[in-house]
Amino acid sequence: MLRSRLIPILLLRGKSFVKTVNFKKFSYIGDPCNTVRIFNELEVDEISILDILATRNNKEPNYELISEIASEAFMPLSYGGGIKTVDQAKQIFDLGIEKIILNSEAINRPEIISEISEIYGSQAVTVSIDVKKSFFSKVQKIYTKCGTKATDLALAEWALKCESMGAGEIMLNSIDRDGTWNGYEIDLYKDLSSKLSIPLIGIGGAKNIDSAKDLIKNANCSAAGVGSMVVFQKEGRGVLINYPEPSVINAKLHNKFDED
Amino acid sequence: MITIVDYEMGNPKSIMNMLSRLGIKSQLSRNLDDISQARKLILPGVGAFDAAMRNLKKFNLINSLNKKALEEKIPILGICLGMQVLTHSSEEGSEKGLGWIDAQTKKFDSSLGIKVPHMGWNYVLPKTNSPICKELNHKSRFYFVHSYYVQTNNDQNSCMKSNYSIEFDSAIQNNNIYGVQFHPEKSHKYGMQILKNFSDL
Repeated sequence: MLRSRLIPILLLRGKSFVKTVNFKKFSYIGDPCNTVRIFNELEVDEISILDILATRNNKEPNYELISEIASEAFMPLSYGGGIKTVDQAKQIFDLGIEKIILNSEAINRPEIISEISEIYGSQAVTVSIDVKKSFFSKVQKIYTKCGTKATDLALAEWALKCESMGAGEIMLNSIDRDGTWNGYEIDLYKDLSSKLSIPLIGIGGAKNIDSAKDLIKNANCSAAGVGSMVVFQKEGRGVLINYPEPSVINAKLHNKFDED
Repeated sequence: MITIVDYEMGNPKSIMNMLSRLGIKSQLSRNLDDISQARKLILPGVGAFDAAMRNLKKFNLINSLNKKALEEKIPILGICLGMQVLTHSSEEGSEKGLGWIDAQTKKFDSSLGIKVPHMGWNYVLPKTNSPICKELNHKSRFYFVHSYYVQTNNDQNSCMKSNYSIEFDSAIQNNNIYGVQFHPEKSHKYGMQILKNFSDL
């Protein structure tokens, strides 16, 4: 049986990992290599690293740092931030990262999705979509450039277009829930996962393993992206890199036997 | 020393990272002298079946690899697409595979209500008599990413089975030739055990 994944989403800001609330209010988490080394020892399912400044500052990915991180990590790794060309994607893949994450550039120029997936396969391309409810209506609006710029794209239509262009996975972030510990916005993911035939990763609001269970069982997501709950001791407390025990994950997400 | 065949298909860097953590020396090469001197080979691979076979031809590797696999019988490990090219053919393309293991590569049927690719951690059921399965059991989990799967024609070539709507061969063997569908280099201690088992052959 395929296990649902619990994926720490780590935000790179300059040379540090940070955690945000509603894509703002940056709290320092730690040195990227040390943090990933700890997650590696905790045998996490997968890690996603998002450089939240690269696109906004129009910078190239920090290849040196990514390479250093990858050499310590013996689990699947994905990277997003500042990727605009096939050549940049190639450089990332060559460092030992097997998935790249596109967001703003996919919206600017959707062909980038197929350009990369035709060479590296759709499993190597994740498209990340950031949404926020608009102030007056309940409609989820898509934002780019780390939640700073609103677009007119309709969510399901855009996600299906990404799928048809060759994305292997969609990552959907709720800006409203980011860093709030309020649980996932289940209806948002439920609706989209029923329309997609590729895996959907939900991100935003996880409080504990039960939030992830809710997302996977009730919104049919393939994976739960988690931030605050794996980098803080608990809500309002200090930094502590942590990850649920395999037996807890199995019991909550898989109804499966304990591992040794 | 393990020689990793460099035929421009996928992620050899992460395999080298894990081997180096295990203290096992490796080199990445497609130089025919390096290949002919190799004592152990890893055939990595991420991407499309036809592209992989064409690249093996383009770099003139097929004859040398056939010689190592079938005459010298050195240990060879194919990973992911590198396992699929060990079979006769794939539903993904029209090129012939290396055909070292009596098996073929088929596509997962998404009409069975599964998401394709099969992506994530899954379990294996190892056969205990294969050296590649040493120290592994039904609780061992591995990271998979693939849309096509291998089915052996002869069950004695299957060393591990996994399940994703259907049962498929997640590790295969024909004498000195091994293939694994998952990515050991991305599978924590379980993957390390596979690479260690291969290195101990």
